[in-house]
Formats: sequence, C-alpha cells, structure tokens
Amino acid sequence: MNTDNRGKKGDVLLEMKDIVIDGFSDERWHEIIKGVDLTLHRGEVLGLIGESGAGKSTLGLAAMGFARPGCRLTSGSITFDGMELRAMPESEKRKLWGTRIAYVAQSAAAAFNPAHRLIDQTIESSLRKGLATEAEAQADAIDLFRAMQLPDPENIGFRYPHQVSGGQLQRAMTAMAMASRPDLIIFDEPTTALDVTTQVNVLAAMRSAVEQFNTAAIYITHDLAVVAQMADRIKVLRYGEEMEEADTRKMLSAPEHPYTKSLWSVRSIQKEAEPSTDNILEIKGVDAAYGKSLKVLHDVSISVPRGKTVAIVGESGSGKSTTARVVTGLLPQMKGEVFFNGAPLPPELKDRSKDQLQRIQMIYQMADTAMNPRQTVAEIIGRPLQFYLGLKGKAKEKRVIELLEMIELDESFYDRLPNELSGGQKQRICIARALAANPELIICDEVTSALDQIVQEGILKLLLKLQADLGVSYIFITHDIATVQAISDEIVVMFQGGVVEQGIKGEIMSPPYPEYTQLLLSSVPEMDPDWLTNLLAKGGTSSETHA
Amino acid sequence: MSEQETYSAAGEVGHVRLRRSRAQRIWIELKKAPPTAIFGMLVVLTYAIVAIFAPFIAPYGEADIFPLPYAPWGDEYLLGTDQIGRDIFSRLIYGARNTIGIALATTLLTFGIGGAMGLMAAISQNWLDQLLSRFIDVIMAIPSLIFALMLLSIFGSTTIGLIIIIAILDSARVFRLTRAVSLNVVVMDYVEAARLRGEKLGWIMRREILPNILPPLVAEFGLRFCFVFLMIAALSFLGVGIQPPTADWGSMVRENASLIQFAKYDIKGAITPLLPAAAIALLTIAVNFVVDWFLHKTSGLKDEH
Repeated sequence: MNTDNRGKKGDVLLEMKDIVIDGFSDERWHEIIKGVDLTLHRGEVLGLIGESGAGKSTLGLAAMGFARPGCRLTSGSITFDGMELRAMPESEKRKLWGTRIAYVAQSAAAAFNPAHRLIDQTIESSLRKGLATEAEAQADAIDLFRAMQLPDPENIGFRYPHQVSGGQLQRAMTAMAMASRPDLIIFDEPTTALDVTTQVNVLAAMRSAVEQFNTAAIYITHDLAVVAQMADRIKVLRYGEEMEEADTRKMLSAPEHPYTKSLWSVRSIQKEAEPSTDNILEIKGVDAAYGKSLKVLHDVSISVPRGKTVAIVGESGSGKSTTARVVTGLLPQMKGEVFFNGAPLPPELKDRSKDQLQRIQMIYQMADTAMNPRQTVAEIIGRPLQFYLGLKGKAKEKRVIELLEMIELDESFYDRLPNELSGGQKQRICIARALAANPELIICDEVTSALDQIVQEGILKLLLKLQADLGVSYIFITHDIATVQAISDEIVVMFQGGVVEQGIKGEIMSPPYPEYTQLLLSSVPEMDPDWLTNLLAKGGTSSETHA
Repeated sequence: MSEQETYSAAGEVGHVRLRRSRAQRIWIELKKAPPTAIFGMLVVLTYAIVAIFAPFIAPYGEADIFPLPYAPWGDEYLLGTDQIGRDIFSRLIYGARNTIGIALATTLLTFGIGGAMGLMAAISQNWLDQLLSRFIDVIMAIPSLIFALMLLSIFGSTTIGLIIIIAILDSARVFRLTRAVSLNVVVMDYVEAARLRGEKLGWIMRREILPNILPPLVAEFGLRFCFVFLMIAALSFLGVGIQPPTADWGSMVRENASLIQFAKYDIKGAITPLLPAAAIALLTIAVNFVVDWFLHKTSGLKDEH
C-alpha cells in the first residue's frame, strides 16, 4: 500500500489558516467557526476539546475539506500535504477521503452497515480505490484487527456488527480507518458512548495503532482526561474561537486562559459524606427479569438513608437502571421486597397509591425524550402540581414560577417549548417537574452524562443545594466516578446484576477493594498524561468478555 | 472573548426568538405556501361554501321535477335537465352538500374508531393489541368494495348505514397507521414519566401521544377523505350508495351516462354526465395539494438545507 511516499515525522501535514465556517439556522447564516488556525505535523496527535456547540466536529470535518449539510466553508485555506483542499473539486477530494484521510465517528454501531460482515466493510474502501486485491486486503485487515488488540483477529472480521460488543466495534471502526494507511485520521468522540472499563481498551488500541503506523490524528472530545492520554498538543475551542493551544503537559499543569481553567476545575466538587441510620428506602433480596427467561438482577439489597444520596455505579448491563425500574414499579420483582418508609411497596405500578407514586420521582438521562415536545414548560411542571396537589389557576402559576426560581431559571421560561431550551435547561425543567410533586426520594438515572462538563457542574450543585434545602434523598445512577465523588454519601457498586458492595463513600473509594471495584476505579481516566501508560504497564485493564 | 463570563443556567440559550401567537404563525406559513397549496385551499373553500349555502345558490330544489326531460343547456336550465326533468345544475350543487357531508362524516368516524383502537393497541401492547391487530388483518384481507357491497345488501342502503359500514371498513388502515406511529412515541421517557405519575390511559392517549402523532394523522385524514369520497361515488354508481331522489355526484354520473354516446350530435349534452365526475376529480386533487403541503411542512421540520 502507499507507504512509499510518506514524509518524515515532524513535517507539516495539515495547515488550516483563518478558517471561517457558516452554518444555516433560523433562516440565516451564522458563523460557527470564527477564524481558527490549526497546524498538524506528521505523526502528531492534536486534541480538540470544548463543550458541545463549540465547533469541534465542524472544524474536524473541515480538516478533510468537508462541510456537512447546512454548513459552508466561507474563507480560509486548508492545505493538506501541499494540496489546497478548499479549491479542490469534490471528485478529487473523494479520492483522498478513505485513502489518505479517514474519519472515525462517535457511534460505531450507527456507522457500520448491519447487513455486511465487518471485514467486508473494513476492506471496502481499499478495494473500491483499487489499492489491493481482496485476498491482500483481507490479510491486511486481519493484521489490523490484531494491531487493534481485537480478540480472535483471524475470525472476528467474519462476524456481523451486532455479534460483537460496542468496544470491539469501535476498534473495528478504527481498523477500517487504518486499512488504507491514511496520513490523517479524525477521531470524533470515539469513546464517548463506551463504558469506562471498555474505553481504556479502545484508547490503548487506538494509541498504539497511531504510533505504530505513524499516523497524524485529530482527536475530538469533551473529556479532558481522555484527551490527556491521547494528544501531544491540545487546542481548546469555545463558541467557534480558539481559547488556548499548548502541549498537553503544559496545558494540564498550567492552563492560562480563564475559560480553560474553569474547564479544569469542574472535577473539583466534593461532597462531605455523612453517615445516617434512618433509611427511607430498603431493597431486600430482589430478583428481577425481563420476560420469563432473562434474569438481570440477582439478590439485590440496597438501603437509602433519609436525606442522603446513594450512588449506584457500574458499567452498562450491570443492572443499575433495572434496579430503578423495580423501585418505580415499572418492572415488578420476582422475589424480594422493597420497603419505603418502613412499609412494603406493592411491586406493580397499578397497585401503588397516588401518595406512594408522589413520594418517589424520577429524572431521566435524556431530558429531550423525558419532556413532551408539544407541551410548554408551564404544562410540564404544572401537571404534577395539579395531579397530586390539586393546584389550579393562579396558585398553580405561582408555584410553577417558584419552582422555576428554585432551579435558577426565571419567569421568562414559563411558556417556552422544550426545543427552545439548551440541554442543561431541559434537565433543570425535569428536576423542577420531579420537585413539583414534593417527593421524598428522587431517582436520578445518569442525569448528567449527556451534558457538558460546565453544565454538569451546575446541575450537580443544584441537586446538592436542593437536598440541603428540602432534605430530599437521591438514588443517583451513574458510571462516572467524578460525579460520584461530587454528589454521593454512600456508594453501591453493581456488576452483572448483583451488588458488589455498598458503603460510605470514603470506605468504598479507598483500599482494600473487591476485584471489580478496583477495575472500575482504575479505569477512570485521570488528568495525567502518563495515566494510561502506567495503567497498561501494570497490566490493569480487563480482558473484555468475548461476544 | 477575554472576559470571563459567570455561568448562569438562564443564559445558556442566548437569543430565543420571539414567541408568536398561533394565529400569527399560521398566517406566516400561509403567506409562504406554494401556489399548488393555495389553489387547493381556494378550491376546498369554494366547495365548502357551495355545500353550506346550497339552498341559496341553487336555482331549483334537488328533487324538483320539470316537464322537460333531457333539456339542453340554456338560460332556464343552465346545464339542462336529467332523464326525469330535474335541473342538473341545482343537483350538482346539492350533490356537493350530500356527497361531501357524508364523506366528511364517514372520515371523522373512521378516524374516531381507527385512531382510538390504534392508540389503545400501541399503549397496551398485550393481548388487546394482538386481538385488535388480528381482527383488523381479517378485515383487510377482504377487498373493501366487495365487502361493502355485501354488507350494504344485507343491511340496506340507508345513509347512516352507509356511513357506518364504510367507516368500519376504512378504519382498518387508520388503525394500522395510528398504531405504527404511536409505537415510536410510546417508548419515549415522557410517556413512562406520565405512567409513573399515575396518569390514566385516556390522559396518556390524549395529552402525551396524540399531539405527537397528529401530523401523519392529519395527512392521512386528507387522503382517506378522498378515498371515502371515491368509494361513495363508486357505490352510488353501482346503485347501493346514496338513494334517489337525494342528489349525489356518483349516481348523477350513472343516471345520465347514456348521454355520452350522443357526443357527435351534441357535445354539451355529452359533457353533462362528466361534470359530476369532474367535480369529484377537482376536489380530490385540491385536497391532495393541501395535504402534500401540510406533510412537507410537518415532516420537513428537521430538513437540512
């Protein structure tokens, strides 16, 4: 393959100067990227970080000379290996894409065609561009699967996308991008959708592949700790402008710009854990199953102290959300009991009294789907007020505005529709809806995981403040250890449908750990560029279960 | 760009566009409507006015019989008279009222039955869903025109009977559509949230799901209306639809169909039986123009430019 005319490490590969990109919305063009410069050398990994809407992905795609539908490259120059991409016709650019520049998307599951085998998709671009025969390309793909540390590299390619796990799929996707040995790969949030324990494997595989083939990469993410492992240099974007660019180590140790500093400080909220003996909720020996056969919870016992927060942590599929469904009555348990305020809760939702329903409220991960897009904020918050408390007319309106003020919004939000709110505001409205019922227990299912760091911090502070003011208890389901540190009093670690341990935060977070807790904690990326290297040296990653 | 902004939740979305009242928004949309949609709306509006004010517009009553059958076009009888001497122009106008009125009533009933059953099936997703779906499969397995002919000959061709029979047969398709689009909404967290709140089935159907499936249903409403219209015309043409002396377009075509063969002697007379058919065609096209535009507006919300 085209390994011959490859330049030396350190040559300038990509130079973008004064890039301006417009996006079309509200029936006019807005500037999304406002004059950003970017230089990338061969073999170098540049991290692009920023909140959603900062223009990271748009800039990343512009590095390929590509503007997504609804966007246009307005001015600036993009020079890739001496070629000006902006002036190049579409047909010429297509020849570059997939051969010399490759793109790895966030959701590998959505990027693979479910009807074709992995290996056929991996070698597709090499075959189409006529770079190799099928047999050569397949042999090469198997080498790449090995380089990406996929289990059973000889045969895994002959599976279909649904037959491998999410982490494996993301690695196969990287292998696909590597197939034509590109000079540049753009990774767009490639590990955001993965569990921490899986993420470590994928990061390690990506990093070694990039090093092995001396590929330059642009790594787009909003997770600072991840970018610290991957990037040589970091560029911080906000509202389409560059805030700061520096070498990774310097950026981490001495950020200069106030915005960058504020990004760094998000992970610093710490809640002092206080022990408590009075339990508001007790789950005792619960088994639960979907349908008749698929048992997902085994003998789960959890207690939630009054006015405190219990964080349930674990990777996806560990039964965290299923536990919440049992508590809310959506999934009646097969065995065991749930006690609320000392009295057993009926397993079936329809057997619970209105009072019991009112006392336990739920906040969802995706605020977008948790609010009816056709109802205004006033209707969304007002409904529980009317339903549980019988408030009507002026009294309801007054209470809605009070609730809006409690969540740090104001009256101007009263008649907005959900699509007129930002992600953080939506989640706040969901919190207000839960509070409207005057609950004693709120179940928060991954409520911050879809939000940006700064917005997350705001939501977590709000939840803490509400707990201090109202004495409400939380069950906080999450896979993010930083969030756990910030909000919890007690921690429950779950693995494969069972509880590994429950205890006060300080005890769980310090040694000695059970084996799984150890793995979970060690997999959380730290803001240390050597973290991944050290972890791999210790051999501390899990061997992923083969599908 | 250098000053540090203090974070505030309320400031996250900076410019929120002015909230316009519903009437304002509809007016803006109307002004942007394509010519086909405007044409469609004008035609529908004209038909509606004609149907509502038929007794005032029509020169004669629909059942008035005059001594001269098969009168030619002229001043006294604008489009002539039919085989027993009724004024065709007047019958055309009354026909709008009868045919459209019955078609509208039938379509509303169709959506009442099919929509409610579809929503219930989608929400329950248990034996009720199975029962309703299989029942609907049985209805759809039999060609609806033949089924309707059979039922009408059993129960007799009264107007009410006609409406109910066509509505039940047609509700099968509405059931399918409603169930399919509702299934996408039922899985949303806000529906689960409403169930957790303890809301009753009726509230969830009306307030949480219905507003979100309305666009495809409205579009389907327009199309169903046309099909019902054609079905009634077809049944009337076959003689089991609307019974004389009530004027309706389908039977008017049948009654005067023989005139077509005299085209080479009197072209105007030969056109006469085609006029009610043209009236049906024009309304069908107009309604479809409006529906197309509506579909494009509602489904194109997330269209990239």
